[in-house]
Amino acid sequence: MNLQGWRREGDYRWVIDPTGAMRVPAVLYADEVLLGDMDDKVRQQLCNVASLPGIVGAAYAMPDAHWGYGFPIGGVAAFDAEAGGVVSAGGVGFDISCGVRTLVSRCTREEVVEVQERLAHELARAIPAGVGSTGRLRLSDDEMDAMLTGGACWAVSRGYGSDGDLAHIEEGGCIAGADPHALSKRARERQRDEMGTLGSGNHYLEVQWVAEVFDTGAAAAFGLEPGRVVVSIHCGSRGLGHQVGTDYLRDMAIAAPSFGLHLPDRELACAPIRSELGQRYLGAMRAAMNCALANRQILTHLCRESFRHILPGFDGRLLYDVSHNICKEELHEVDGRARRLHVHRKGATRAFGPAHAAVPDALRAYGQPVLIGGSMGTASYVLAGSATGEARSWSSACHGAGRSMSRHQATKQWHGRQLVDELAARGILIRSPSLRGVAEEAPGAYKSVERVVDVAERAGLARKVARLEPLICVKG
Amino acid sequence: MTEGRARSAGPAAAGGVGDWEHFAHGADIGVRGRGATAAQAFEQAALALTAVVTDPSRVRAVVAVPICCRAPDLELLLYEWLNSLVFHMATQRVLFAEFDVRITGGELEAQARGEPVDVARHAPAVEVKGATLTELAVRQDEDGRWRAQCVLDV
Repeated sequence: MNLQGWRREGDYRWVIDPTGAMRVPAVLYADEVLLGDMDDKVRQQLCNVASLPGIVGAAYAMPDAHWGYGFPIGGVAAFDAEAGGVVSAGGVGFDISCGVRTLVSRCTREEVVEVQERLAHELARAIPAGVGSTGRLRLSDDEMDAMLTGGACWAVSRGYGSDGDLAHIEEGGCIAGADPHALSKRARERQRDEMGTLGSGNHYLEVQWVAEVFDTGAAAAFGLEPGRVVVSIHCGSRGLGHQVGTDYLRDMAIAAPSFGLHLPDRELACAPIRSELGQRYLGAMRAAMNCALANRQILTHLCRESFRHILPGFDGRLLYDVSHNICKEELHEVDGRARRLHVHRKGATRAFGPAHAAVPDALRAYGQPVLIGGSMGTASYVLAGSATGEARSWSSACHGAGRSMSRHQATKQWHGRQLVDELAARGILIRSPSLRGVAEEAPGAYKSVERVVDVAERAGLARKVARLEPLICVKG
Repeated sequence: MTEGRARSAGPAAAGGVGDWEHFAHGADIGVRGRGATAAQAFEQAALALTAVVTDPSRVRAVVAVPICCRAPDLELLLYEWLNSLVFHMATQRVLFAEFDVRITGGELEAQARGEPVDVARHAPAVEVKGATLTELAVRQDEDGRWRAQCVLDV
C-alpha cells in the first residue's frame, strides 16, 4: 500500500482524517512493513466503512488486515442504533462466528510424539473434514431450533462435553436474541448434515505444544505450561452461517436505497439497526453464532474421545472459545460516557482487558484469552486482552497471519505431497483429504504471524502470553 | 490466473466461443465467465466455480438439477445463480460440469448436470461458502462479448 495520505501517530498507529463522505477517521495498526505489504483496497474499504451512518469513534483495521467484502478482513467498526447506526452482513462475513477454541492438557509433547501417527490417524478418522463430508447428527426441525437458540449449551445437554466448558465460551456458550424464524429454508437445509464438521480452506483441528511462554502469570492461569500439549479448533457456522450471509447480503443490497443509504459499493450492503430488516438479520446472525458454538462444542467432544482412545489420561480442559466474524452489542466508553454499540469484528478478535466482567472468573485478572490461529506448520499464539485496547480498538485484536499470496499462486509454487513430506520431516503430521487444498494453504502463502502478533502487542491491542507449535494438523 | 475452455454441452460449446478464468482476490478467488450472450457468460462463470473445487474435466454429467432464480437486475441474478449452485453443491454433495442457462428479463432458468463428489477422483480442494457482491459485474465488453464475474468466499 502507498503510505501517502496516512498520518502516523506513534510507531504503530496510522490515521486518515475524515474527508469527503467519511464521518470518522480511518485508523490502522501496523508497522511500515505490514502496511507496505497491504493491498490498497484495505484503505479504500476502511474509508468506505468510515462513511457509514451511525459509526462511532473510527473505522479500525488490525495488523493482519487484507482486502475483504465491503469491510476489510481485520476490520472493526462500532455503530450506535440511537444515532441511525447500521448493521452490515458484509461486516460480519459469510462464515458467521468463525472462531478458535483452545483446549489445554497435562499431556507432554513427548507423550504425544510417541503416539503421533496413531493419534493423527484417529483424529482424521473421527473429525469429518473437507468437501462432501457429513456429521453423525441429522437434526429434525425441533432439534435445529433448540440448537439455534441453545448454542454450545444445547450441545452439552445432548452429551457433547460438560457444563464446565460453558463458562469458558463467549456469553457462556449461548448467544441471546437468536431468532430461528429469521432463517431461510435453504439455511436450515444446508445445516441438516453438517453439525460437527470442520469444513475446508483455512479451517483446522491442530494438536500443538506450548513452545514458549512470554507472560508466566497469565500462562499459569490459562493452563499453558511449557512442553504441554494443547488442541486448537478453527471453524465456524458451516453451511447455515454461509447461507445466512448469502441471503441477507442480497436483501440488504436490494433494500439499501429504501433506507436512503447511498453506498459507494453494493458490497457495503447494510440496514439500519432499528429497521425490521436489521433486526431480522441480527436474529438470524445470532442463531448462526449459536450454530458455530454448537459445532465447535461437538468437535471438541469428538477430539477428546479420539485422544482418550490413544492417551486415556487426556483432560482437554477448555481454555477459551472466541469468534472473529461477529457483530455484538457491547457497552463501551465514549467521551467518558458508556454507550451501547453494535461492534462488527470481521476477521478481528474481541480482546477484553483485565477485570472485564465478561471474562471468566479464573482468567479475569489477566484479561480475555485472544486465540491467534497459525497457518499449517507455523506457530499459533495465545494473547490476553489489554487495558489499553478499549480506547484503541473497542477491545479488539488481530485474528491470524492473513494471506500474502493467492490460492492459485500457492498451487504454482508448492505441491501438496511435497509440503506434507517436508512438514513430516519437521515433525508435523498433516492429514487432509485434499493435496491441492494443502498446497493452497501452504504456510508460505501467509504473512509472518510473528510480526502481526508483535505489532498487536506493541500497539497496545493485546499482550503475548504463549507461542504454540504444531504437531498434528487435520484439515479439510 | 487459471484459464480454461468450457466443456459445456450448452450454447457456449455449441457456439465454440466459451471461456472462463479465475482472478486473484487476497484470501479468496474470483470467477469470470465470458460469452456471446449474458447466458453464456453465466454458464462459463459456473464452470469457473466448479474449477475452484476440482478440475471440471474430471466431473461426469450423470445427474441433472433444474435451477430457477430471479433478481431485480443482471448482476444480482448472477449472484443468485452462483449461490443456487453453491446451495445444491453443498446439500446434494455434487459437482457440476455442464450448464444450460436461459435468461428472460429478471428470470433465469437453467439445468446443471454433474455427479456426486468422489473424494478420491475429484480431490476437491476447497468448499465454496458463497458468491459475494465483491467485484460483481455483468456487462458487455468493448468487443461485444459478455462478462459475468464476482469473488467467491472459500
